[in-house]
Amino acid sequence: MRYIMVIDTKRCVGCMDCVVACKTENNVPEGYNRDWITETVRGEFPTLQMEIRTERCNHCDHPPCVHCCPTGASHVHDRGGVVLVTKDECIGCKACLAACPYDARFIHPDGYADKCTFCLHRVEKGQLPACVSVCPTHCMHFGDADDPLSDVSRLLASRPHHTLLPEAGTRPRIYYLT
Amino acid sequence: MCPMIEFTNFRHNPGIDPAMHIWGWEIPVYLFLGGLVAGLMILAGFRLLIMRPNERQAMVCCTVGPLLGLALLSVGMLTLFLDLEHKLYVWRLYLTFEPTSPMSWGSWILLLVYPALLANALAHLPEALPVVARRLPVLVTISDYMLARPRIVISTGLANIGIGVALGIYTGILLGALGARPLWSSAVLGPLFLFSGLSTAAALLHGILVLTTPDAERPEFADFLLSMLSRWSQARPLDTRIAPTLAQADNSFLTIELALLGLLLIGHLSSTAVHQQAAWLLLTGPYAAVFWVGVIGLGILIPLSLQHLELQHRIRHTIAPAILVLTGGLVLRFVLVAAGQASHWAPMLD
Repeated sequence: MRYIMVIDTKRCVGCMDCVVACKTENNVPEGYNRDWITETVRGEFPTLQMEIRTERCNHCDHPPCVHCCPTGASHVHDRGGVVLVTKDECIGCKACLAACPYDARFIHPDGYADKCTFCLHRVEKGQLPACVSVCPTHCMHFGDADDPLSDVSRLLASRPHHTLLPEAGTRPRIYYLT
Repeated sequence: MCPMIEFTNFRHNPGIDPAMHIWGWEIPVYLFLGGLVAGLMILAGFRLLIMRPNERQAMVCCTVGPLLGLALLSVGMLTLFLDLEHKLYVWRLYLTFEPTSPMSWGSWILLLVYPALLANALAHLPEALPVVARRLPVLVTISDYMLARPRIVISTGLANIGIGVALGIYTGILLGALGARPLWSSAVLGPLFLFSGLSTAAALLHGILVLTTPDAERPEFADFLLSMLSRWSQARPLDTRIAPTLAQADNSFLTIELALLGLLLIGHLSSTAVHQQAAWLLLTGPYAAVFWVGVIGLGILIPLSLQHLELQHRIRHTIAPAILVLTGGLVLRFVLVAAGQASHWAPMLD
């Protein structure tokens, strides 16, 4: 099982419902974000192209944050290969923050490293991650990439897509349809 | 009109945005002290190996160095502890060994440093601190036991060299393993920090010898301090005859450090765009003034020249090179930690 997220940038309008849902579901402290919106504008006026993306931890196949953790607090969970942090094992050394090329982690006010969990507590109950479930444009898709019949597998097979910073060699598992 | 790329990020996580700043003064100070202690260990180990094991003298490398090393490493570990955000869980470091984590290697190496340094200091401690030895006769017994057995002396020397090299390289690899920060993404950082540590250690010991030379040659301001110290410890004169050797060694270390800094920058400038961008942070960017003046000028070139003149007997040995090298070593860690956090893989915005 290999959980991935597929985000249709043609549908995302940057409404930030996913951000609010994540903060509510996971009690993310005020002033902090586990997911966020980015906008990239490219081209030459007047033929400009804008890509709006919702971003979060990429749950990489080669997670440098896990490799550098001195206590094993950062780990890859058996279910779907989700990258998680065990807060009672984290010493707050911040090596994982420096190791992440996406700057997806932060130090929780209680002292431990925090980040997106793909809402594993919901997924284990058969629900979708909070951000995916609230998206008003249905631009976000979550599922098992090892299942060829899943939504995410079919979308990746039928649409052009990219990942963030593939040159960093982390093999991210969030794909953006273009 | 040129094509544009405009990137807007709506994330504002403290310490991450708008630019990463997760490590303040604590980590550079820890890396500096770790490198300095590594250098003290290697010099102590060499000195212990090359001298006759039964020769008794209060030696700057084998006694003062390791004793200072024990104190400085403790200060370094305190700064490392102060940097932790989840301090009460620090003991978790010693419940596991993570082979892919340089920090895990480092935490275990640090445990080996204390006994190795202590063994090196104990070999000749009674000569350096007679008053302490008189109050604790067991120190004399341990010293006699060690010096009567050349194998123990040789093992202690080799252990100090080996662990010192591991500690010195680890302080560089700690940053070098974090590939997400292009400036740190280089294997050169390990040997660079090792030789920087060696140069600071040699400079510190050289400075101590200058301060403890016979009265006529000693800087006046050191008189009061020395009289207090010698009254308390009843210490005997140190082996000041090795001062030129230490200055010569320091010059070699500084030259190698300069070459390694060049290799680090050449490696980045001949690599990808993000690595080039990282190198320019030091060469012409916001950290250039501190890098060129503090690290290259005051930290390497000037002390190199001063010690060269000292060795040619054109000027007296002074503590100026020691102060400059120590300051340069500290500034090197500060500038690399700060510039490294500023370097990133984010989209290139022309």
